Amino acid sequence: MLRDAWLVAGKDLRIEARSRVALNQVVPFAAAVILLFGLALGPDRSVLAPASAGLFWIAVLLSCLLATQRSFAVESADGARDGLRLSGLDPAGIFLGKAGAVVAELLVLEALLALGVAVLYGAHLTGGLVLAAVCVTATVGLAAVGIIYGAVASGLRVKETLLPLLFLPVAAPVLLAATKAWDEALAGTPSGGLGWLSLLAVFAVVYVTIGIVAFGPLLEES
Amino acid sequence: MAPAVRLREAVALAGRFPLLAGVSLEIDEGEVAHVRGPNGAGKTSLLRLCCGLVPLHSGEASVLGHDLAIDRRALRKHVGMLGHQSLLYEELTVEENLRYALRSFGLEIEQAGPAAARLGLAGRVSATPVGRLSAGQRRRTALAVLVARDPRLWLLDEPHAGLDQEGRELLDELIAESRAKGRTVLLCSHEHEHAAALSDRTVWLAGGQVVEEPASVA
Repeated sequence: MLRDAWLVAGKDLRIEARSRVALNQVVPFAAAVILLFGLALGPDRSVLAPASAGLFWIAVLLSCLLATQRSFAVESADGARDGLRLSGLDPAGIFLGKAGAVVAELLVLEALLALGVAVLYGAHLTGGLVLAAVCVTATVGLAAVGIIYGAVASGLRVKETLLPLLFLPVAAPVLLAATKAWDEALAGTPSGGLGWLSLLAVFAVVYVTIGIVAFGPLLEES
Repeated sequence: MAPAVRLREAVALAGRFPLLAGVSLEIDEGEVAHVRGPNGAGKTSLLRLCCGLVPLHSGEASVLGHDLAIDRRALRKHVGMLGHQSLLYEELTVEENLRYALRSFGLEIEQAGPAAARLGLAGRVSATPVGRLSAGQRRRTALAVLVARDPRLWLLDEPHAGLDQEGRELLDELIAESRAKGRTVLLCSHEHEHAAALSDRTVWLAGGQVVEEPASVA
């Protein structure tokens, strides 16, 4: 399973490195979201700084949607999805590999976005360890949910509109918990965010487990 | 010799639409069968059923000893499909696609180079992303994957389409070699005389069922 996961993640990241869709489209999209929130709320940093955690995670959530759609778009070109099904790969390995590639892309994006909210919103990135731990656990949960529902939607003609409809409500707890944990860390009380971090870890474990168990049937039947 | 493909009243559906409406068929291991019929007869669906891409709705279906009702995934390691699409990643090069395909089946990647060379894809072409290749070169790359894997059952859907004369002759050679090695080949083609010359027998399909050879053709 892990060998297959490594193979699939390597393939997806190689495709991304070559096509540069994440770099040329997802990163500018996330930057535009951060910028537009800034324009909507005005230049007053006393308003922007307290809202920066929530705005950061909304930008991550929307970017995860794009990264997930892209992850399945590379499988739909030239019948590659049939190739994926016909391959000897373990479906759990495919799930872990695709989720792992999305996690890697999003973590790079989050590092850039964190810099963005610090510069644009005047957020002080204190409690770095908790911030980083929240990023990792929340991103694993988001990627797992994205890949599960991406598989559900990818076999359908309405996949572009169906995926957000399926993904966003399920990902809402991650948005809430990650925002609360970041709020605590940015306010200088990172220990206050540990409870929310635990919730994120539970969410990630649950959805990674669901993905490992259910991805095979989802790939076959969708 | 045990049949490589054994279907009994096999039905496959797309929603409620019947793709195959009760196909009964036996293809022996090592046999090359030309599957012939008009558009919409169910030729492609038959191939997709035989590799487990289309689920069996009712009836019985066994391919290389694997019951398609319960064992579709295990079968796929032994089946190679060349369909209307090349099943390749456009951003990856010919060599990367070959290596990835071999690794995904747990095979040694050393076969990638000789297979690419056999299909005329060595050198600069091998390092070219598949998305930049011509349709014929993509077809050759998909064939190179099959050659490198050398599966027990080859499912070929209009395999000559898009190939130049040299490529067509090469494909004919590969089919003959597969037969000599005891591989089973199901060959769907509208180039009837050409396909018949490569095959041991012809299976006629119409309306999702196997039928007798039409009198107008016999």
